[in-house]
Amino acid sequence: MTAVEERTGTPAPEKEIGKARRRKEDARLITGRTTWTDNMVLPGMLHLAVVRSPVAHARITSVDVSAVREAPGVIAVFTGRDLAEEQGSLPCAWPVTPEMVNPGHPSIAVDQVNHVGEAVAVIVARSKTAAQDAVELADIDYEPLPVVLDMEKAVEDGADLVHDHLESNTSYHFVFDAGEMGTGSDTEQAFADADVVVSRRLIQQRLIPAFMEPRSVVVQPQGDNYTMWSATQVPHILRVMAAMVTGIPEHKLRVVAPDVGGGFGGKLQVNPEEILCLLIARRLGKPVKWTETRSESLMTAHHGRDQIQYVDVAADREGNLKGLRVRLLADMGAYLRLITPGVPALGAFMYPGIYKFPAYRFECDGVFTNKVPTDAYRGAGRPEATFAIERIMDELAVELGMDPLELRRKNWIQASEFPFTTVAGLAYDSGDYESATQQALELLGYDELRAEQQRRRESGDRVQLGIGISTFTEMCGLAPSRVLGSLSFGAGGWEHAAIRMLPTGKVEVVTGSTPHGQGHETAWSQLVADSLGVPFEDVEVLHGDTAISSRGLDTYGSRSLVVGGSAVVKAADKVIAKARKIAAHLLEASEDDLEFEGGKFSVRGTPGTGLGIQEIALAVFAAHNYPEGIEPSIDAEATFDPENFSFPHGTHLCAMEVDTETGFVKIRKYACVDDVGTIVNPLIVEGQVHGGLAQGIAQALYEEAVYDADGNLTTGTFVDYLVPSAADLPHFDTGNTVHSAPGNPIGAKGVGEAGCIASTPAVVNAALDAVRHLGVADIRMPLTPERVWRAIHQGGDGGDRATAGSNAYGGAQTETTAGVSTDASSLGGDR
Amino acid sequence: MTRISVRVDGASYDDDVEPRTLLVHYLREQLGKVGTVVGCDTSNCGACTVHLDGEAVKSCTVLAVQADGGEVTTIEGVAGNGQLHPMQKAFHELHGLQCGYCTPGMIMASLDLVKENPDPSEDEVREGIEGNLCRCTGYQNIVRAVQQAAAEMRGGAAGNGHVSPAEVDTAAAPHVVGQA
Repeated sequence: MTAVEERTGTPAPEKEIGKARRRKEDARLITGRTTWTDNMVLPGMLHLAVVRSPVAHARITSVDVSAVREAPGVIAVFTGRDLAEEQGSLPCAWPVTPEMVNPGHPSIAVDQVNHVGEAVAVIVARSKTAAQDAVELADIDYEPLPVVLDMEKAVEDGADLVHDHLESNTSYHFVFDAGEMGTGSDTEQAFADADVVVSRRLIQQRLIPAFMEPRSVVVQPQGDNYTMWSATQVPHILRVMAAMVTGIPEHKLRVVAPDVGGGFGGKLQVNPEEILCLLIARRLGKPVKWTETRSESLMTAHHGRDQIQYVDVAADREGNLKGLRVRLLADMGAYLRLITPGVPALGAFMYPGIYKFPAYRFECDGVFTNKVPTDAYRGAGRPEATFAIERIMDELAVELGMDPLELRRKNWIQASEFPFTTVAGLAYDSGDYESATQQALELLGYDELRAEQQRRRESGDRVQLGIGISTFTEMCGLAPSRVLGSLSFGAGGWEHAAIRMLPTGKVEVVTGSTPHGQGHETAWSQLVADSLGVPFEDVEVLHGDTAISSRGLDTYGSRSLVVGGSAVVKAADKVIAKARKIAAHLLEASEDDLEFEGGKFSVRGTPGTGLGIQEIALAVFAAHNYPEGIEPSIDAEATFDPENFSFPHGTHLCAMEVDTETGFVKIRKYACVDDVGTIVNPLIVEGQVHGGLAQGIAQALYEEAVYDADGNLTTGTFVDYLVPSAADLPHFDTGNTVHSAPGNPIGAKGVGEAGCIASTPAVVNAALDAVRHLGVADIRMPLTPERVWRAIHQGGDGGDRATAGSNAYGGAQTETTAGVSTDASSLGGDR
Repeated sequence: MTRISVRVDGASYDDDVEPRTLLVHYLREQLGKVGTVVGCDTSNCGACTVHLDGEAVKSCTVLAVQADGGEVTTIEGVAGNGQLHPMQKAFHELHGLQCGYCTPGMIMASLDLVKENPDPSEDEVREGIEGNLCRCTGYQNIVRAVQQAAAEMRGGAAGNGHVSPAEVDTAAAPHVVGQA
């Protein structure tokens, strides 16, 4: 029995799809035989260390690296000026509006630094320690400039500028108005006519993806050809972009992503150091390597979230939703990285959630600050949107005196209404929100916990109990290329696969989707085993090397199985079609008379006889007896571009204990039921949900990237930036409903981001539900004991430096909080 | 340079090291034991956990010279004679890893935990491995794996407690690019 069978009592299906296959990937990972990029050692390899800016905003007035050149083991030093002519700007592939302002982003600063940690010189030495030792010897003078950190102040007239050659700190203003787009009615009118309007200002604090494997890159020059190994999620995208930035022809650049230790969006990037390694390997003609320290990683790899959300919802007294208005300030940081501006814009389409809003308007300002840029982080735009709608639904329920679940039920799309086009113009394809919710309520033991909550309230217990609800959907499986084009995304959303039948009957599968822990080698083997009728063990999945996998768009946005897996299935269909022609020849039968079942072609009506596809592979290799006009191979390639996004959904429930005297919160129970469509491997699906939950709960309770008033990252190590440990997280009770997606041959919807998207509002709603009767209306994330205690005992959202005031949009709000805080580490004493 | 003599995964080494060399860098760069990895520079993540004289240590907090005369076990020495250890087997069976970067350290820490407490409760496992960070799994399957391995090890498997790796696929990385 498999682990999942033991837990669920479900008998194993005969097909590979649906089977809790243990992962092929594990063998090398549990024995220490993995190849991480930092394991690479090449003859004559040199090591890079980066001299980084200690100030957030300054003109560079002088750079003296003469002492560095004299240091033991140092081979060369390059300043920004040395490399100015050959470094192009790092790419931004998502100009969300035609007017968007992009200041450009050099890999290494030339005249000015715009965030702490920006590269100002690169040292090349014989050993890593020699390079690092020499960093201290660089003598660089800075003339300080005003530091811009607070988004609300940054968009005021007369604000100090991050880029003084620009007119303002606003990169772009993006608007989606359902009334004007013709998908909904006029939002202002809807609000004017409504009985009730509830408004909140919500903070999406800045987070750090914090992949476990630090970034690492090795470049080997071979004449005018280059091989780059990098701990990246996106080797294919990196190759195209690095070619564009450096001028190295794409066909002379090979990018390899070996085993990659986590990503979560954080390795969906073209890093300055990747470009610097290429430039320096080209200059020196020698292999070079750079591996970051954790402090460098937290300080300079892109961050996520960091938005201020002004959310207004309108309804009638009976709780029927009338309109939704969302205005965002989104922190871009100092530069626009690969998809920085697109993250909030992608979220624009998810704010209505699973509800039937007749009117919706979204507007967003992308704002420059003197911080490291933000970019993709697990869910990218969709967790932020889900948080806002699920928080405001609870606030509306309170305002109306309704049960929060009943308010949701009253307004969500009913199972009979699919497919359903939302006010944001998305066509939700399938689902059943009621059924997932029912299961989740049972898993949690909802009624008993509500009764306990009531008892604790009545007795004035020091420890109060709350239950938080979050019902969600997300746009996954990125995605139809034409739609991404209409959103101004620079790339398409297709994925590529190739299948090669080898003479021995083994099967090579090449996928353009490049995993970093998602288990492609196992899941893709299951897909091919079912499609071709070959043993699971006979399939080998190759990925992450542009010399092997020539085309691909890589792994992010829960697109791998939905798009990449579908390309594999499509390629398998082509393999079968080709094999059928050869089988017909060998069996001296008509193609139309052949059946293909269990990996075997047989003449209709004579099952048990015939030819296996693996036998045919050998016959093709020999090609002794072969049909005319057909090439001797059974290989096929396929590209899949979906017609629509996929829409996983689910209901997440959190029961939370809040100690009203200390402010400590503890998750008592967490239950969720997700519908991710067809489940190829339940073990992997469950694992993906668990991991997402951990990250979403971490946003609610623990994590925040904090800058001090000078723009220094004060959460620059794992001592201060609180990635939760096993002791910080609860046991999860998870379940699934299955409504297969109609838009792809597998029926998969995507699972990687579900837990991260749904859990954050569930946890915050639970904490608020526990203490709302004490007069608490909001608590700022992360819910540190100090913030919770302040919210209970002093009012407000518990955020530090809480002051009343107006903001850029002037809209209704309860509190204003500066974007700078200092207490994120208050839970950190135990590690 | 200082001369040290250590036994690592059953083999003896005599090497010259800089006094400041950390054990993890000695293992990785001088011995090629790249199964042990570096995840942070503050001893918080536990990715570099190995056993020194039978105790789990974060090898980024130990100088190589401190290991002089000692016995080190890394993840590469855990599977004996081609047989996976029950702890490795349990991580595989219960999907206790995804990207796998934290896994060697997590397995080494878990082995030490089970040695100290052969029958840990869920809470005891969670506390016992809190010095090792994982960003992928949410820990639940790791906790299950440690408890399953502990049960199997208590069951008194003969000899060193190793079990058959029959159910573990031994496919190597399809894209191995050469290691140190």
